[in-house]
Amino acid sequence: MLAEIARGLWLTLKHSWRSRVTVQYPDEREEMPKGYRGLHKLLRWEDGLERCVGCKLCSAACPVDCIFVESAENDPARPTSKGERYASVYEINELRCIFCGYCEEACPVGAIVLGNEYEFCQDHRDKFLYAKRDLLVRRTEDYPELKARYDEKRLLTYV
Amino acid sequence: MVQEAQKSPLDSDLLGPIRTESLTLNMGPQHPSTHGVLRLVLEMEGENVTSCKPVIGYLHTGIEKNMEVKTYNKALTMTDRMDYLAPMSNNLGYVLAVERLLGLEIPRRCRWLRVLLAELTRIQSHLVWLGTHGLDLGAMTVFLYCFREREVILKIFEKVAGVRMMTSYFRVGGVARTPYPEFFDDCRRFLSDFPERVDEYEELLTDNPIYRRRTEGVCVFPAERALAWGVTGPSLRASGVDYDIRKKEPYTGYEEFQFEVPLGRNGDVLDRYLVRIAEMRQSHRICMQALEGMPEGPLMAADPKVVPPPKEQLAHDMEALIHHFKIFTEGYHVPAGEVYQAIESPRGELGYYVISDGSPKPYKVKVRAPSFANLFALPEFTRGALVGDMVAAIGSIDIVLGEIDR
Repeated sequence: MLAEIARGLWLTLKHSWRSRVTVQYPDEREEMPKGYRGLHKLLRWEDGLERCVGCKLCSAACPVDCIFVESAENDPARPTSKGERYASVYEINELRCIFCGYCEEACPVGAIVLGNEYEFCQDHRDKFLYAKRDLLVRRTEDYPELKARYDEKRLLTYV
Repeated sequence: MVQEAQKSPLDSDLLGPIRTESLTLNMGPQHPSTHGVLRLVLEMEGENVTSCKPVIGYLHTGIEKNMEVKTYNKALTMTDRMDYLAPMSNNLGYVLAVERLLGLEIPRRCRWLRVLLAELTRIQSHLVWLGTHGLDLGAMTVFLYCFREREVILKIFEKVAGVRMMTSYFRVGGVARTPYPEFFDDCRRFLSDFPERVDEYEELLTDNPIYRRRTEGVCVFPAERALAWGVTGPSLRASGVDYDIRKKEPYTGYEEFQFEVPLGRNGDVLDRYLVRIAEMRQSHRICMQALEGMPEGPLMAADPKVVPPPKEQLAHDMEALIHHFKIFTEGYHVPAGEVYQAIESPRGELGYYVISDGSPKPYKVKVRAPSFANLFALPEFTRGALVGDMVAAIGSIDIVLGEIDR
């Protein structure tokens, strides 16, 4: 009887020489994989124009109705996006969102993507209503992981 | 019930005879060994359980009803939130049911990929079970080791689907994305030393006298009674009934794989443990076969009405753009009819009964959850058990409350 217990103890003892697998979060962080489904970002084209053309397909595809888009006509002199229209209001309720990634799959212009961010605590429920200014990136180049995600066709496309 | 204890000569007349009465004990809903928010109302005679009444509904989500107001594609995201320990199995059952209604032909490569991921899910789910079951019985180390291996599988899921648990990876007509380039290497790396890891778990538990004493002969499921209660999965096979849907009604290409269905003899907690351990080894075998013979070819079904077109086509192909918008707004019309598709989830027979009225939304989705049937067999088999054995018994049937309450 003792022999079996000793065998088990010997096994656990052997493990103390093996390399550790624990990651000391938050001091250490693991890199998020490409295509991780985290906090949303709205992307821009290289020339600074917004990708979003306000087609509302993301809000139609959303299983939990957490996206609200209102579109407006572009001013031809100073266009906001490359299409005829742009999203004048773009809101995502991040408390409702289930991070399924359907919006990203639906978006025909690659404007809305799910980023690598997964820590976005707030101290009030209202603050989870992310408006366009919270979602829109200043320059897509600042987010290499998002750019890589979009360039990497296989992550976004079906075969 | 009040019983008069036998009067012993030591009892003083002043105190009178000792009066005993049965005790109602609420186990849960916050009890750590009920594996979720399950409440068991136990009637106790001393240490022995005379009746056990499971009270469910603490995790009720209304998923089945909710699926009726969503298109087939959107309803899919709800399925992996039912049995959150086996998301891919839930996706698979639903997707297969809808595909049968649509009459879709799924490419062989996709079917094999689904088998590979479903079996990884089974290993992952059994690892959680083994860890928590060990923890219930006081074996802390097994828990740590199991979760270490589970983490590797979840990392693979995270890379392939984007998140660890709510994967929604299997889609009607195929999968959500092509697997990332190193996917098969990652699987191979994990699987190469997995059998040794299972040996380690066995080394810690199988022959351990303390573990054996807690499990041998505890909560025995006689085969006929288990069948009468509709128990399925490893819990049934531990009683010696050879019923595995992967063999009896093969789906998504399981008929092409060689594997055995491990059976138990006594139907006690120990046998359920041994069957699950053996199942992990068999799952490993299936995964290896899937990796060896993974066929080449397309991954998605060739139906533009159901499967969204490749993104780069949208820029120059008007028809693709129309299909794309149609799929994501209205959805696809599924021919009227009804279908029952059962799969072998890690917990047992997981059935999706889908009724379509020809619209893009399911008329009704009924889920036959294995945990539900397995849980309600428990009261009969735990009558007279010690309260400590209840913990072992609940752990051994491997329930997930999300699936029970739906």
